[in-house]
Amino acid sequence: MTKEELKIKLTELLPTATFDESGEWLNIIITPGDLSTTVEILRNKIELSFDYLFCQTCVDWKTHLTMVYHLDSTKHRHQVVMKIQLDRNKPEIETVSNIWRTAEFHEREIYEMFGVHFLNHPDLRLLILPDGWEGKDPLRKDFEDPVNMIKL
Amino acid sequence: MYRETEILKQPGVGTPDVFGDMIINIGPQHPATHGVLHLVITLNGETIKKVDPHLGYIHRSIEKMCESLSFRQFIYVTSKMDYLSSHINNHGCCLCVEKGMQIEVPPRAQVIRVLMDELTRLASHQLWWGAGAMDIGALTPFFHAFREREMINDIMEESCGTRLTMNYMVPGGVMVDVHPNFQRRVKEFIAHFKKKIDEYDELLTGNVIFQNRVKGVGYLSKEDAISYGCTGPTARGSGVSCDIRKLFPYEVYNKLQFDEIIETGGDCWSRYLVRMKEMRQSLSIVEQLIDNIPEGDVQAKTKAVLKLPKGEYYSRVETARGEFGVFIVSEGGTTPYRIKFRSPGFSNLSALDHMARGGKIGDLVAIMAMIDLVIPDIDR
Repeated sequence: MTKEELKIKLTELLPTATFDESGEWLNIIITPGDLSTTVEILRNKIELSFDYLFCQTCVDWKTHLTMVYHLDSTKHRHQVVMKIQLDRNKPEIETVSNIWRTAEFHEREIYEMFGVHFLNHPDLRLLILPDGWEGKDPLRKDFEDPVNMIKL
Repeated sequence: MYRETEILKQPGVGTPDVFGDMIINIGPQHPATHGVLHLVITLNGETIKKVDPHLGYIHRSIEKMCESLSFRQFIYVTSKMDYLSSHINNHGCCLCVEKGMQIEVPPRAQVIRVLMDELTRLASHQLWWGAGAMDIGALTPFFHAFREREMINDIMEESCGTRLTMNYMVPGGVMVDVHPNFQRRVKEFIAHFKKKIDEYDELLTGNVIFQNRVKGVGYLSKEDAISYGCTGPTARGSGVSCDIRKLFPYEVYNKLQFDEIIETGGDCWSRYLVRMKEMRQSLSIVEQLIDNIPEGDVQAKTKAVLKLPKGEYYSRVETARGEFGVFIVSEGGTTPYRIKFRSPGFSNLSALDHMARGGKIGDLVAIMAMIDLVIPDIDR
């Protein structure tokens, strides 16, 4: 489906979502509460079948965090970007690792780098950072490390 | 092949408190991990119940580092991620910046970029072939592979100045024109390697001992490969069509004649065959282009300081290991606000536990060899 067709289709299926067409792909912006139902529709509706999560990341906007999911369909070859705004002080969101297994590693990375807690994640532990780095969130904008970081 | 141990794939079985379980560590310093990867393996006898990768021994926080580097500078850091396909990493970053700045790359530079990409892919697959065979216990292929790889490294050295982390591609094209000897030496290499690749097949592909080590080992179904986000030969060995060069062609790939290699076995043997056939395809791409490099500039005229307009940009390229993605969030300044590298190795590694469960500890090394792990690419 093209970007316009996707937008028409998704507007029907996701009445609460808002859309942004500025980028290369269609952006769907949803609230954390709608995540479970939204991913269910995106993954399982035959005409959508977004079965491949090719990038999952988080962006720190200083006032809030934004989760970004890049989705691709290996069947129809259309892409969509899903975005969710999170509270910066208590970021919590449902895991998607039950839908896309690749999210298990990506979410562990986001957990240690941004401090986002993924509810119902099978194994939420540090992946890259060594022990003792819990809660330091190094990829957030306000992270300071006077020893190892050199200001350019 | 391991039907009887299907029960071990159920969640919760990997907990080590069951009687008779043994936990062993492979790495971080182990030749089979090709770098510093640490695997904690729960074993029942010789059967693997769980593989838990511990990463980060070579984590340099490249994403954070890039936030304070300009749009020209950050490309050089990315060479150090997947050091076996540094051209292709640079290429992905350049495409992303060019997308944002709407820079048109001159035709000569496009062809040089694709040539360099394919030579890098060949060099990477050669190293994989040699090192992978060595992991399984065949030492001779390593020397054969390095002999041919040396020729590519020499070609790179002549044109780019370095042998491994080239930093040759810049936004708008390539840094300098290729060396006058480039065409002659690449043609020499093609003639040489065409004979040698048949020798590779005689030496290893037809070897019964090798085949017994990889056939039916590390099965990954098509659905799982997609769900785990596997790309490159790992996924194409399971029958997933995922070659970015075919699906979303960049530069001159849509004008070239080459096949996307797909095998449906889903085991290590299929992944091996995909890479072996891919080498021939890359060779054919190089052959098609080497006599047809158009004349002209090698770099588009760009401003000295690049400022990406506010927005989000994503580019996808096919490295030797799979899909490499660059996600740039720009606030309109001279440095990226946030940058994310989607590395193929990271997602491929996440499927390792699934592939190895229920298999034997000896097969784990074969599985790892056929995924072709490059640790700096995984840790970033």
